[in-house]
Amino acid sequence: MSASLAAPLPRRGTGEALAGWMLTAPAAIAYGLMLLLPTLATIALAFTDYELGAPAFAWIGLENFGELLSDRGFAIALRNTILYVGIVAPLSVLGGLGLALLIESGTRGRSFFRAVFFLPVVSLPVAMAAAWQYLLHPTIGPLNAALRGIGIDGPAWLSSSDTVLISLAAIGIWENMGFNLVLFLAGLTAIPRELYAAAEVDGAAGGWERFRLVTWPLLGPTTLFVVTITMTRAVRVFDSVAVLTQGGPNKASQVLLYAMYEEGFTYFRLGYSAAITLVFLAIVLALVWLQTKVLEKRVHYA
Amino acid sequence: MQGIAVDRLGKRFGATPVLRDVSLRVAAGEFLALVGPSGCGKSTLLRSIAGIEHPDSGRIQIGGRDVTGLRPSQRDVAMVFQSYALYPQLTVEENIAVPLAMRRLNAAQRLPLVGGWMPGARAARDSITRDVRQAASSLGLGALLGRRPGQLSGGQRQRVALARAIVRRPAAFLMDEPLSNLDASLRVQTRREIVAIHRAAGVATVYVTHDQSEALTMADRVAVMQAGEILQVASPAEIYADPQDLRVATFIGSPRINTLPAEADAEGVLRVAGQAVGLRVEGSGPMTLAVRPEDLQPGDAGLPAVIETVEFLGDSLLMHLHHPATGTPLVLRLAPEERESLPASGEIGLRFPLDRALVFDARGQRVALRSLLPEAALVR
Repeated sequence: MSASLAAPLPRRGTGEALAGWMLTAPAAIAYGLMLLLPTLATIALAFTDYELGAPAFAWIGLENFGELLSDRGFAIALRNTILYVGIVAPLSVLGGLGLALLIESGTRGRSFFRAVFFLPVVSLPVAMAAAWQYLLHPTIGPLNAALRGIGIDGPAWLSSSDTVLISLAAIGIWENMGFNLVLFLAGLTAIPRELYAAAEVDGAAGGWERFRLVTWPLLGPTTLFVVTITMTRAVRVFDSVAVLTQGGPNKASQVLLYAMYEEGFTYFRLGYSAAITLVFLAIVLALVWLQTKVLEKRVHYA
Repeated sequence: MQGIAVDRLGKRFGATPVLRDVSLRVAAGEFLALVGPSGCGKSTLLRSIAGIEHPDSGRIQIGGRDVTGLRPSQRDVAMVFQSYALYPQLTVEENIAVPLAMRRLNAAQRLPLVGGWMPGARAARDSITRDVRQAASSLGLGALLGRRPGQLSGGQRQRVALARAIVRRPAAFLMDEPLSNLDASLRVQTRREIVAIHRAAGVATVYVTHDQSEALTMADRVAVMQAGEILQVASPAEIYADPQDLRVATFIGSPRINTLPAEADAEGVLRVAGQAVGLRVEGSGPMTLAVRPEDLQPGDAGLPAVIETVEFLGDSLLMHLHHPATGTPLVLRLAPEERESLPASGEIGLRFPLDRALVFDARGQRVALRSLLPEAALVR
């Protein structure tokens, strides 16, 4: 009796494992096919001299990375990307926070303002870039027309190497701020009202005191998430560069992803392009690591 | 006057009135419990006293000062919230220090990092640390000063919230259901501690609760609130034995007071389903006769009642019955040893001391007893 009871147990164990694998299969296959395989292929490619259409390729070890170190174009792209992230990330995070606080404290029009500022996020980046091209046009653009109205001769925003990165950064801020705003609004609604009441009773009379005592600390997790996501989005800048400047003039707006695109799809040097992609991947992974390991400890209080 | 004075406070949310001309006096050093069912407006009243809620009309005085238009920070009150409302990023010590830091340090001295070098900051910070340590140790928090609220149990958080309230000697303590998130045994223990804290501080205290046993055990006086009105303010004993309103009588006391529909004739003779109960009252018309469960005594004669179930509670018995003519449910509280002499089912008679009977008119207002009728069946 007891033997017949014990026997079926292992069989049910394997059956359970099989069912588990079958249930996981769709997700696991999709993940492998869509993410893991291309990533591994890119890593492999970075160590070859493969060019699109070439009949063969050779393993060249770290040669691609050696070339990156001496490539002036890549150095400019890296510098410009860091500069771009350095402008876009803080300003669109602070701007999003400021707007969220304004909308939250306002009594009406909340959903209207939220929709208005969120619009750039849901609109087509390429179409919006065309609109920006018109707005920033040196002769017929409304921005310079307005500047002329107050007696300033506006620069050629997108075709002067002095201003092109600033102009692209402004567009980047405009694109990211709405997204950050919505995330901050969600974070603000999650702060318990009683904490503000407690802060008032405790003597935090001014808005600044309440912000420092309640809003800012309790927004910590939200802010961390917003900062990481904005930085990765800014590192990924591509659409506006591709449509508006193609990295020009004279590489003044060359960025990482556009350099990668040019190497891979204009010069067909897929191996070299893959090496640039790995640098990009390393930057993104470093940001994610920074979030999970270093900053998480300082914003979650439990 | 010292203490708290609330004068004809009115407040409505949209079309719904939450406070209807509420007036209330809390003497200096008095512990007043504000009790009522949820949604009766007791929390709104407390938050109005704190200045977090803004009433539409009426005036509020705290410590002899009109504070009606003032902000919470200017009212010199301390509040304990149901959710404790501790700052999660601050340690226990820093949490307790907040009300002092906001008052004893100026904006420059409060700045992070550089604030410590501002003139006078050192002495002010030392005095804050001293007071915080003292408040913390009086509540047994001495060992927890470096922890964050997230690392504390519910009871410990509650103590931190209390310490934050007592550290700055305010003109009034306001407590909004401070025990409702604690488990039952901790609640009973913390009750005594809060009473002790109040005794030691001697500050006017308003304590909001929906739990009548908290109100009756802790307070000097109890205010029963319902539907935005204070129905009665009196000592716990008086609220229990001498309620002026049927809603007070039914809200206070567990199990609920027994209520029987009754009728008073032109002479004021009170009858339940045609049976005279031995009371004459002021006025006539439909009435409600109310008797506490422990005041009803089973026997052979008196008000007829059919036994349904008996519950054993250890120290007492609850017997559930109903009055056959009206179908009204009734409950009796008995000593356990009385069970032996009682039938397990069937009809019995109920008696009660006539001076313990409470009679209310059709509007729920208490009606005075004119005389007892000695010839009636229910006199004991």
